[in-house]
Amino acid sequence: MPRTLIIIPAYNEQESIAGVIRDIRTHFPAGDILVVDDGSCDRTASIARASGVSVASLPFNVGIGGAMQTGFRYAARRSYDVALQFDGDGQHLAEEIGDLLEPISEGRADIVVGSRFLEPNNYRAPFFRRLGIWIFSTVLSRILGMRVTDTTSGFRVANDKVIRFFSRSYPEDYPEVESLVLLHRAGLRIAEAPIRMRERRGGRSSITPVRSAYYMVKVLLAVFIDLLKER
Amino acid sequence: MDILKVLAVAASAVVLVAVVELIRRGRLKERYSLLWLFSGIVMLALSLSRDLLESIARIVGIFYPPSLLFLIAFIFLLLITLHFSVIISGLSERNRQLAQEIALLRMQVDQLHGRQAKTAGSE
Repeated sequence: MPRTLIIIPAYNEQESIAGVIRDIRTHFPAGDILVVDDGSCDRTASIARASGVSVASLPFNVGIGGAMQTGFRYAARRSYDVALQFDGDGQHLAEEIGDLLEPISEGRADIVVGSRFLEPNNYRAPFFRRLGIWIFSTVLSRILGMRVTDTTSGFRVANDKVIRFFSRSYPEDYPEVESLVLLHRAGLRIAEAPIRMRERRGGRSSITPVRSAYYMVKVLLAVFIDLLKER
Repeated sequence: MDILKVLAVAASAVVLVAVVELIRRGRLKERYSLLWLFSGIVMLALSLSRDLLESIARIVGIFYPPSLLFLIAFIFLLLITLHFSVIISGLSERNRQLAQEIALLRMQVDQLHGRQAKTAGSE
């Protein structure tokens, strides 16, 4: 059994964090849990500590990229074989962790991204989000030379190679899309696996229409700049 | 013409003196002052020598030589702000790494002290 670390990036998720931890413990008790508290100003950190998991509290908000990299650094130092990103808002289902791990443990991929769109489901994103998702997946599919359907997914599993790669360099503000390009250029293998999504349990999504437009432009720019960067 | 010259010389001299003084007092690090010093010296030289200014203006095709002063000052300012952007990027990257390091170290310290459970309610 590979040693597995579950990284939960959390920013003001006091409503959902305890449920997320319980969910993981029920369905995937073999994994160690690390909550990376990204400078939350609510009780996220203390609730997580009270559930007995490891909590790394960033001294101020550094954004999801910096939070995830904290987790990957921890995983690299403790030589975990597998690191799993699982969002703190309760949208992911811990019962699906096993399925996502499979391609990694069979050595078929270096990173597995959980996709909401591989199988028909009842998930309906707002129009602009769907448009954004479509643009990203079209652009990324071209760059990666393979079909990717859910580039912004925050439910992903990484093997030790990807852990070491991410602990050295991880994109900053909106890292999900960009990190795929970086991995691809580093010659690491990407795979997708179907997941389902739950509605948010608590807290508020950080995504608004204006922000998502800004997000899209910024990420696309970052992606194209990544392509120009030296390896 | 001479008022302009006096003004230009005074302005570049003030910049130079201010930069040197800031370095002397330790308020400005040498590595961030090089561009300032260099631009101050160039501006001073061009303000002092009307001939130099005019011949360069003629070469680049500028009819009114003093506007060359503005152009050069503008280019230096662009360079300096770009230089700052590079420095800020480096600093923010280091800042991020330090924050991550602090988070991990603090967690380790808490675990070593074995008081994770106790601190739970107190934050």
